[in-house]
Amino acid sequence: MTWKQVFTSSVGKKLVMAFTGIFLILFLIVHAGLNACIWANDGGEMFNKGAHFMGANVVPRILEIGLFVGLILHIVQGLMLELDNRKKRSVGYAVAYSDGSKWYSRSMGILGTLILLFLVLHLSDFWFPNRAHQNFVLGEEIDLYAKMKETFSVLWVVIVYVLGCLSLGYHLAHGFQSAFRTVGVHNRKYNLMLVSLGLGFSVIVTLLFALMPLSFYFGWIN
Amino acid sequence: MEHYNMNLTVKVWRQKNSKEKGGFESYPVKDISSEMSFLEMIDVLNEQLIRDGDDPIAFDHDCREGICGQCSMYINGKPHGAWKANTTCQLHMRAFKDGETVTVEPWRAGAFPVIKDLMVDRSAFDRIIQAGGYISVNTGNAVDGNALPINKDKADASFAAAMCIGCGACVAACKNSSAMLFLSAKVAHLALLPQGEPERKSRVLNMVAQMDKEGFGACTNTGACEATCPKEISISNIARLNQEYLVASLTADK
Amino acid sequence: MLDAKIPSGPLDDKWTEYKGHCKLVNPANKRKLEVIIVGTGLAGASAAAALGELGYKVKAFCFQDSPRRAHSIAAQGGINAAKNYQNDGDSVFRLFYDTIKGGDYRAREANVHRLAEVSANIIDQCVAQGVPFAREYGGLLSNRSFGGTQVQRTFYAAGQTGQQLLIGAYQALERQIALGNVKMYARHEMLEIVKIDGKARGIIARNLVNGELERHFGHAVLLCTGGYGNVFYLSTNAMGSNTTAIWKAHRQGAAFANPCFTQIHPTCIPVSGDHQSKLTLMSESLRNDGRIWVPKKKDDQRKAIDIPEEERDYYLERRYPAFGNLVPRDVASRAAKERCDEGYGVGTSKQAVYLDFADAIVRYGKIEAGKEGNDHMSMEDIIVLGKEVVKEKYGNLFDMYEKITGENPYELPMRIYPAVHYTMGGLWVNYELQTSIPGLYALGEANFSDHGANRLGASALMQGLADGYFVVPYTLGNSLADEIYNKAIETSHPAFEAAEKEVSDRINVLMNIKGKQTVESFHKRLGKIMWDKCGMARNKEGLQQAIQEIQALKKEFWSDVRIPGSINEMNPELDKANRVADFIELGELMCHDALNRNESCGGHFREEFQTEEGEALRDDANYMYVAAWESKSAHEWNLVKEPLIYDVVKPSQRSYK
Repeated sequence: MTWKQVFTSSVGKKLVMAFTGIFLILFLIVHAGLNACIWANDGGEMFNKGAHFMGANVVPRILEIGLFVGLILHIVQGLMLELDNRKKRSVGYAVAYSDGSKWYSRSMGILGTLILLFLVLHLSDFWFPNRAHQNFVLGEEIDLYAKMKETFSVLWVVIVYVLGCLSLGYHLAHGFQSAFRTVGVHNRKYNLMLVSLGLGFSVIVTLLFALMPLSFYFGWIN
Repeated sequence: MEHYNMNLTVKVWRQKNSKEKGGFESYPVKDISSEMSFLEMIDVLNEQLIRDGDDPIAFDHDCREGICGQCSMYINGKPHGAWKANTTCQLHMRAFKDGETVTVEPWRAGAFPVIKDLMVDRSAFDRIIQAGGYISVNTGNAVDGNALPINKDKADASFAAAMCIGCGACVAACKNSSAMLFLSAKVAHLALLPQGEPERKSRVLNMVAQMDKEGFGACTNTGACEATCPKEISISNIARLNQEYLVASLTADK
Repeated sequence: MLDAKIPSGPLDDKWTEYKGHCKLVNPANKRKLEVIIVGTGLAGASAAAALGELGYKVKAFCFQDSPRRAHSIAAQGGINAAKNYQNDGDSVFRLFYDTIKGGDYRAREANVHRLAEVSANIIDQCVAQGVPFAREYGGLLSNRSFGGTQVQRTFYAAGQTGQQLLIGAYQALERQIALGNVKMYARHEMLEIVKIDGKARGIIARNLVNGELERHFGHAVLLCTGGYGNVFYLSTNAMGSNTTAIWKAHRQGAAFANPCFTQIHPTCIPVSGDHQSKLTLMSESLRNDGRIWVPKKKDDQRKAIDIPEEERDYYLERRYPAFGNLVPRDVASRAAKERCDEGYGVGTSKQAVYLDFADAIVRYGKIEAGKEGNDHMSMEDIIVLGKEVVKEKYGNLFDMYEKITGENPYELPMRIYPAVHYTMGGLWVNYELQTSIPGLYALGEANFSDHGANRLGASALMQGLADGYFVVPYTLGNSLADEIYNKAIETSHPAFEAAEKEVSDRINVLMNIKGKQTVESFHKRLGKIMWDKCGMARNKEGLQQAIQEIQALKKEFWSDVRIPGSINEMNPELDKANRVADFIELGELMCHDALNRNESCGGHFREEFQTEEGEALRDDANYMYVAAWESKSAHEWNLVKEPLIYDVVKPSQRSYK
């Protein structure tokens, strides 16, 4: 069983999705936690400190490379799996089977694609201008808080962000527990726990992220 | 139980053989008793077709008591029809209302090519078993049946997985046409027993490789397979298979 | 004259002696010897696996889409073995004795003793294969009791024992396929035996997917094709179960033994109407806990639960106090028929009796309450607990009953009625399981050998696996040892050509009849004749009529059957026509056999021959023989009698009182 055989098998590909998925879930916790600093209501001071730590420190920046590797693996493998899986049924059904599974469980590819499109916008809003300002090294950063405030003053951007967060939420609602199943958690008691934990996580993360643009737009924070 | 008669329209997939293209045909059936099984309704329709000089609908069936796994119809958007934990042959007509249109399709999966009408070729399942779904013990090598006590919970869990009838409804239900529920049921059945231990790792690796080779899709844990399985094989078997696979591939020598 | 080739010596030693002295084939020669196995149920799959393991070149055939679908899979209750794990006095001798007695003294002692001897090996083998038998909390194997015995020797896997055993054998077979020792031909039906110089040397099989005829050579041919209960149209057999393979063998010269010995199983779900295509069994294991009754009043219109205890007739417990509800199948079936014929039947058709679990539910509920130390639990709570226990034991059967009938058997008693289930008759075989055609063997239900006139519950699985795993690997070697000098014969041999032509001509004739009536309608009519006149009760006049009717039906079939489609395609109607044509011929022979046997024994009940109490009246002086029929012409047979000699057991009137 070579590594190549392992990771090109259907189960191996899924393992890649699960491991990168769990890694991205961890990232989301950090990301949401840091961003929540905007609600400190201190004109972005605490938030910018956190952002500065992430952007100007060598360790987080190395981790950032890891994050992108994980993200790209998750995206590429996910899209390939989706396309591959679709090819397995050349003639479709006249009546679709829909009550055996949740719509979002069946739509991970589409949800993922939506998230990807959202990510392009999101990165070009914040990450890219910031890193460009830094000349892609550890240089001085822009005022990200001010940038947020500016970005989220436009209605359509806010709507797109909220929709992006919703896609992420449904993606997580399936992805969270699915990732753990894929790495082999099969005991009933853990599975039950992971399902509730996953749903709770998806709701909280979605709410947190969606509230950010809304908070700026409606002026809930100064 | 109140019995009643009904008239139905049966919209069914007709395909002459694996090479020709197929399409739907609609047929009226009359005076169907609510006490009939679904296949008995198809029998009535077939008798009608033969008398009218048409070709009867070809479909797989044998035991008609829900255990052989040969019957395989996708009825109104669900493998084996609307009833839970049920096979096509055990679906009865009291599940339908007078005047209804019933749509019947074959299992759809690249790995299950249509042979004729509603019949598909599921020999891929046999080849997956050939790849390792057994315990290598020649006849006459066995020790006394009670020489090896087996924890009852494990024996029961093994039995629950071994109940799989190999009908392929899981593949038909899965949006990816994945055979993971079928495969995992066999892997779990044997991995849970001490007798399965010696070949535990090679079994899971080889069976997964064969499944991929047959052209089934990858599992995305949607749960459609479990929801449609006539024997209610649990999706947690798939998680167990994943674990078996992970351990086997990480600890493999090469 | 048929030579059963029973080894000499004391009964206990016959098999050991045989194994010690039979001829062997060395491994290098085994590779050159080809064996054809038709049918992949318990007997066929186990034989294919065992012979593949030994190194023979095996070809296996089944008409289903996979060997795993064979109808052995539907066996519910269990498999007997003389393990005596329960310490309740079981032994090889007792299993042997019970089987002989259960078969109403119409089986061969030597075969049955061998079956009892190897029964324990079967359990060991299956456990080693990973068959998940039911276990106790200590991790050891669990047992239950079955009809016709007073010990607990039945091993089981919930209500799916046949399925689990077949999957075990199927997996062993698939392993041999993977190793290249067995080549599998699914969706193939055997349509002729090829004989060269008097020996079976191959088969003509039809590929059911494209309709092509294929020739296959074998140094020996094993028929493991199950029983012919579908001659009755309605039976618990699978829709595809058929007699064609053994019937072709019979027409080629193999004697057919005791064709009229049919087992009518007492606990099946009753017929609900003309549309019925098959019947479903409720496992005999239900009789462990269910009580069978009818109202004491004729044509009682009340609901079962409204009939008070004292107005119920638990007729089995009344007539057979020693065995009660666990009398053998033939006895229980006839008793049900007797009550219904007398007008005590229940349900809309009045052709049913009740199988009631109310007592068992209360009994188990009380035990559970006792375990909890609660002596004052209300009856409702006790019933809740009891239902849980019953669900654990029989849940899948109860679910199946509810799906079919729409009634909840936890609340209402089940309605049951006897139905055709198993055929004890089959191809005549000697001790080596070889038919009267050299090189042609019959295993499992396809042969006649072990169950006499009635089979005990949980014995069919035992016999199928005994024949396949533990008998034929020895006995086949004994004759194949003489074949090592004979090379495989090319299938261009004239005998193959002639056989294929015969098959193809027959199919052409069938297809060109282009009549008006469907195959199914002929099958139904045949079934009705058989059930009415050669079913649970038979008489001379009825049987003579039946023969006339069947002959007329045959003529009509061959002049007015309508088969749609063409030959070279998947054509299930043509497959069915091939089978029904053979069932019609077999039906006639069954009636001849029933007519010849002027006695009642086991499943064969001639109304003229019964005791005053209505029990079967055997005639040992005149009929203690195996009736082996040789085919002479279309409607003529030659009766050859193989006397049954009882050295150990003393035949007596069976009593279960």
